[in-house]
Amino acid sequence: MDALHQFFAIYGSLVNFIGINSLLALSLYLTLAAGQLSLGSAAFAGIGAYTAGILTMQLGAPYLLSLAAGALLAALVGLVIGLPVLRLRGVFLAIATLSFGEVVRIAVLNINITGGAEGLVGIPNVTTTWGIYLSLAVIGYSIARLRGSRIGWCFECIREDETAAAAMGINTTYYKVLSFVLGAAVAGFAGGLYAHLTYIITPGEFGFSIAVDLLIYNIVGGIRVWYGPVLGAVLLTSLPEILRGIGVTAGPIRMAVNGLILLLVILFLPNGLVSIFERRGRRNPKGPSDAALEEA
Amino acid sequence: MLLQVKNVTRTFGGVKALDGVSLSVAEGEVHGLIGPNGAGKTTLLNVLSGIIAPSAGEVYLDAAPVHALPVHKLAAKGIARTFQNIRLFPALSCLGNVMAGQHLVAPRPYLPRLFHLPSARRQEREHRLEAMACLARVGLEAKAHFSAKALSYGERRRLEIARALASRPRLLLLDEPVAGMRKQGVDRIGRLIESLAGEGMTILLIEHNMSFVMGLSANITVLNFGRTLLTGTPDQVRRHPDVIEAYLGTGGHHA
Amino acid sequence: MELLAQQLVNGLFIGCVYGLFAVGYTLVFGVLDLLNLAHAAVFTIGGLVGLWLVDTGGLPIWAAFPLAVLFCGVLGLLLDRVAFAPLRQRADSNFSGLISSIAMAIIFESAALGLFGARTVRFPEQTVTVHYWNVAGVFITSLQVEIVAISILLMFALTRFLAKSRVGKAIRAVAENDRTARLLGIHVDGIIASTFFISSALGEAAGVLFGLYFNALSPDMGHSIELKGLAVIILGGMGSIPGAIIGGLAFGLSEVLTVALTGTSNLRDAVAFTVLFVVLILRPSGIFGRKKLREA
Repeated sequence: MDALHQFFAIYGSLVNFIGINSLLALSLYLTLAAGQLSLGSAAFAGIGAYTAGILTMQLGAPYLLSLAAGALLAALVGLVIGLPVLRLRGVFLAIATLSFGEVVRIAVLNINITGGAEGLVGIPNVTTTWGIYLSLAVIGYSIARLRGSRIGWCFECIREDETAAAAMGINTTYYKVLSFVLGAAVAGFAGGLYAHLTYIITPGEFGFSIAVDLLIYNIVGGIRVWYGPVLGAVLLTSLPEILRGIGVTAGPIRMAVNGLILLLVILFLPNGLVSIFERRGRRNPKGPSDAALEEA
Repeated sequence: MLLQVKNVTRTFGGVKALDGVSLSVAEGEVHGLIGPNGAGKTTLLNVLSGIIAPSAGEVYLDAAPVHALPVHKLAAKGIARTFQNIRLFPALSCLGNVMAGQHLVAPRPYLPRLFHLPSARRQEREHRLEAMACLARVGLEAKAHFSAKALSYGERRRLEIARALASRPRLLLLDEPVAGMRKQGVDRIGRLIESLAGEGMTILLIEHNMSFVMGLSANITVLNFGRTLLTGTPDQVRRHPDVIEAYLGTGGHHA
Repeated sequence: MELLAQQLVNGLFIGCVYGLFAVGYTLVFGVLDLLNLAHAAVFTIGGLVGLWLVDTGGLPIWAAFPLAVLFCGVLGLLLDRVAFAPLRQRADSNFSGLISSIAMAIIFESAALGLFGARTVRFPEQTVTVHYWNVAGVFITSLQVEIVAISILLMFALTRFLAKSRVGKAIRAVAENDRTARLLGIHVDGIIASTFFISSALGEAAGVLFGLYFNALSPDMGHSIELKGLAVIILGGMGSIPGAIIGGLAFGLSEVLTVALTGTSNLRDAVAFTVLFVVLILRPSGIFGRKKLREA
């Protein structure tokens, strides 16, 4: 028990960040599962973070209510933005969500209530590690159970071939927007958790580079199954610490390692790191692993 | 009449791809649709499946107007189709492809799955059995767990048909189901279509392979330059001078 | 009135640099349907290498410039070989190429950080002699004129090259339809490599010019221009060279005018991204772009 306390004393904040990053990676995963490359997760997290933070600080709202409100507002914005934006495909969708993210960041930078460039200061520090991991467990499980459900099948079909999916009766617009809104809600929730983890949040923490990071977690971990993004988040969030542990402290080198991992994955393991495990676990090593092959 | 196409016209920036096309397909009928390249068959098919709307004219399914419906709503009315370019889901298994096609008939609600309720498992077993039955129908049950990518060309065509059947459609639109196939594959799919028709399925068949279409269809509509040249029995069509002209005149002749 | 004219001059000037940068971006997109996010990193490295050649290498700017351009052209070839060529056969090559370019961007940026440090550096004093002219109340520096001249020269040379030379025409053919081009006997891989060479060379040129003008170079200077470059090519139409040039000018002008009208630089980027967002929703093909994204 003592060792555990010690561990937490040193690595407590890393553990917390791993949890939050996992949630954020999952929020992006929800849109990727339906084939939509959205780079707006960071912005939705920011919306959730600021909403929750402002509610707790300025209005004295209870913590859970603030979290819920943050997630809800993010979801609403996701709905409003999603409807026009999801008509775009591929790279255009990515750029549209990216520019949306930038607009949000700049807006937050310039509004008084959010504290502008100095950020929102003095948010009560009430997020606990248990809270984060409980949320991760619940949300992760809920996402895992999508597979095999109608929503899960629809996402998969839309991702594989939108035209064929529509021909099978799937209302592609509805499901694309759904994936977008769900992703926004999870991101907003995670943002709220994050806001109450540190005393201060600043607009820069929800910008383009974070959105790219989330994408990297998903790609490195693998997007064919729900725990891929989590794996990616865990690995890449702890990587700087691991590198420091083996004596690599230079910033540029750590950065280069990140880039190199991403490059190696996309070149040689396009389905992410989870594809290593999948190959061992399946009955038919050459066959695909889809919901049809599971018994439950 | 299950399907009624009334005077459908479709223009693309000044060019009339379809010009007042009409045809009717009775329930349980196999209806062929032929014509030289560029005659408008694909456009008509896209109108019938909802990908594009007609510029003028109407389409009725079971006396209900469907020409203004989007693709997924048309599918919900009971129209299923295969694609000329084969649009399977490559990452899924064969069984997965068919189960994906069950969207309209399998509710697969989320909450029972979330709570691992036995009703979810029970329903899933039923859906799986039905999907296997569709695979068996086209002779692919042995390949249920194979990746769709691993199939031969002919098997992929059959898989697409199995997937279309999974939604229990009323009307099956087959877009060149034997294109590029050798005799053995063509015969196999021909027998499949015959047996489907034997069970009462209504089929609209687009194909270039003349003997194939003639052998299966009760009636055939010939398109040329976006217009209906003629609708008749295979015998009538085979002998009609305009049809011969349309094909030989454009330099095309088919087996 | 004079102020407006001054702003116009400034806007046109920065617009030229944006245009030069965007042209490289859009060239790759036109030929490969690929968004190369490493372009901004090449821009950065280009500027820094140019600086290094002048500063440490003691070369005069008119020798360093072409050398740096050459270097980055080769870097572009490397980029293609390592990150893009292996992925070309894949069905989702646009997407995996995008990821690959992100990986390379990270690697390049870490290299820049490692080699040049994180601080902002300047070109040495005597690099360029600057004259000032007052034309009807508007201040123009000789440096501005030179930069505009070089940009225009390069863009003109590129347009002529694409129109008249064998390689240029081959590039246009591959951009139209690479399968047909291959059937016509065009060595597609070589053409693609050339495209990357040219694109990176142009990106580098923009980097040096940018660095010369603002007299500030740092490893993260690519970030500010990266998103703007995206906005420019969307506005002008992805794949269209004239679009990139005109888009660049329009963008430069709008930036400068926004600052002038609102009196602050805070909202400058917000306007840019809102415009980008709106353009994407209403007319994703931009002013001159092709209508359809080539699908696999």
